[in-house]
Amino acid sequence: MTETSGGNSANAGGACSGSPWKDPSQQPFIELQSLSKRFGQFSAVDDISLKIYRGELFTILGGSGCGKSTLLRMLAGFEKPSAGRILIDGVDITSSPPYERPVNMMFQSYAVFPHMTVEQNIAYGLKKEKLPRDEVARRVEEMLQLVQLPQLAKRKPNQLSGGQSQRVALARALIKRPKVLLLDEPLAALDKKLREQTQFELMNLQDQLGITFVVVTHDQEEAMTLATRIAVMDAGKFVQIGTPSEVYEFPRNRFIADFFGKINVFEATVVASDGQYLTARLDDSDTEIKTRHEQSLAPGSRCSIGVRPEKLLISTEAPAGEAYTVTRGVVEDLAYYGNRSLYRVRSQNGAVIQVSAQNYQRSAELLLEWDDEVFLSWESGCSVVLTE
Amino acid sequence: MRRSSTFLYSLLCFGYAFLYLPILILMIYSFNDSRLATVWGGFSTRWYSALLDNSQILDAALLSLQIAVISATAATVLGTLAALGLNRMGRYRGRTLFTGMIAAPLVMPEVITGLSLLLLFVSLQELIGWPGTRGANTITIAHITFSMAYVAVIVQSRLASMDQSLEEAAMDLGGRPFAVTLDVTLPLIAPAMAAGWLLAFTLSLDDLVIASFTAGAGASTLPMVIFSKVKLGVTPEINALATIIIGIVTVGVLVAGWTMLRQQRQLANQQTRP
Repeated sequence: MTETSGGNSANAGGACSGSPWKDPSQQPFIELQSLSKRFGQFSAVDDISLKIYRGELFTILGGSGCGKSTLLRMLAGFEKPSAGRILIDGVDITSSPPYERPVNMMFQSYAVFPHMTVEQNIAYGLKKEKLPRDEVARRVEEMLQLVQLPQLAKRKPNQLSGGQSQRVALARALIKRPKVLLLDEPLAALDKKLREQTQFELMNLQDQLGITFVVVTHDQEEAMTLATRIAVMDAGKFVQIGTPSEVYEFPRNRFIADFFGKINVFEATVVASDGQYLTARLDDSDTEIKTRHEQSLAPGSRCSIGVRPEKLLISTEAPAGEAYTVTRGVVEDLAYYGNRSLYRVRSQNGAVIQVSAQNYQRSAELLLEWDDEVFLSWESGCSVVLTE
Repeated sequence: MRRSSTFLYSLLCFGYAFLYLPILILMIYSFNDSRLATVWGGFSTRWYSALLDNSQILDAALLSLQIAVISATAATVLGTLAALGLNRMGRYRGRTLFTGMIAAPLVMPEVITGLSLLLLFVSLQELIGWPGTRGANTITIAHITFSMAYVAVIVQSRLASMDQSLEEAAMDLGGRPFAVTLDVTLPLIAPAMAAGWLLAFTLSLDDLVIASFTAGAGASTLPMVIFSKVKLGVTPEINALATIIIGIVTVGVLVAGWTMLRQQRQLANQQTRP
């Protein structure tokens, strides 16, 4: 593992700046080439190709059984791919065993060795590199400072809280200065308050060390706040890869749109489509909606238009100007959250549409009441075409 | 409510009486002055001094201890290796079959195990001229054979319940498979190995049937001597021997319990420390 021990300067470039994935001249740091893993007849990971760049905090998001853990275990070397290659920093590591990879992992269960003290746990990786004792001691001390646990060095794991165990696991994985740190559901075992705090600490740490992080999670909120890019995985394949705002604002299909927050879906018929914009007539009203969509669809075919609740405008008078009037309806239910209100509007043809509105004005009375007749609209560019 | 608790209480008393009364009677009669085991002839310790002069019983006890220590140690090593092979070598063809087969000796009647081992030793003797005379060596081998299965089953259940990501973490941190086994797996299964050793030791010390089959003319283990003596009538000497064994076991259990309690207290103290 000489590569990793000298890796400090190689990683000194810091966290990734800009969007290297948009620049074709950038060299990917981790590259998966048509990677597959089959267990008998079942394909856990199905022909996946992916490029991750130096300093990224890349998140793989998906429900249980989607293959995300298998993918991570292939990166760590615990599973052998059935087909395809894995390259890290230009080196093919597809067939190297876990103990020869410049990769370290933080396990979901933390896997802190119960028979060793905190100090011994953290030192384990360096001892296996046969480093001189004083250097091991120095770097362990450094790591303990980094994860803010120096006072617990002599404790045994059964005397640690969940959050402390998590820090020990993190320090133990980082001490070898890996090129890539793999994190399996890093926050799943922590309570809500600790999660938020740890989330920011992880991001700071990643920024500070410049190590490429690959995180696997089932929690979309965790993925959104942590990641530079998210890959949404389903049934062994990536459904969409993009920045958090890309997957939220431009979901490729209904699965992703539903996965990240709420979305209203309007059924529509395609009027025209030129490979750049798609014009469709909503079933709800006779309004024609123009939405950016790069795939051509035949006129007359059916499509779905999605609009997030916070993109919808609600008013008692018909909106003027650029906004598209979609439909009229009646406020059926409303929830007041202080900073915003959530309305459930029953449209003319019976569908329930959710609208989230900021409460700009200060008023003791509600701006809208139950059974108010309202107009729903959105500004052009706020909708997205969803395929199945 | 009151009646049912009286009922439960008497059940409890009955249960414990059933377990411990025979032992208590045996211990009392070991101090019996009379030669007849069933007639009380006053208090005496003469059977204890007679026991010390009885070289046949002492030799047999020493031989039994020797066989028990050697066979328990060997069975622990082999049983642990078998458990590791079955549990930590990944999936391979026939693993389920092997797992089932390692547990089979547990349900095999001792008479059959003893007989088959005797046949093995006899045919080996004819084929390659080993093991020469049957005695302590053949008893030891026989004991290793059947107690190994117990150790393997105990260690295997510990391995199965152990979080496998501990070993993966060690490997991830640069430990080669052999180092991972030494650094992580063995320390974590050590309690199971100790339990397996103790069980193998007890089984070997206790065994009469298999030892009788595999022993030659020269070697007699303690159970064999006791059994042959009992055939001629129970002597108070045997009672004295049994009392000594019970005493040793009781002290052992108390010391082990006390050590464990102290460890737990230490741990609890450390935990409450800020």
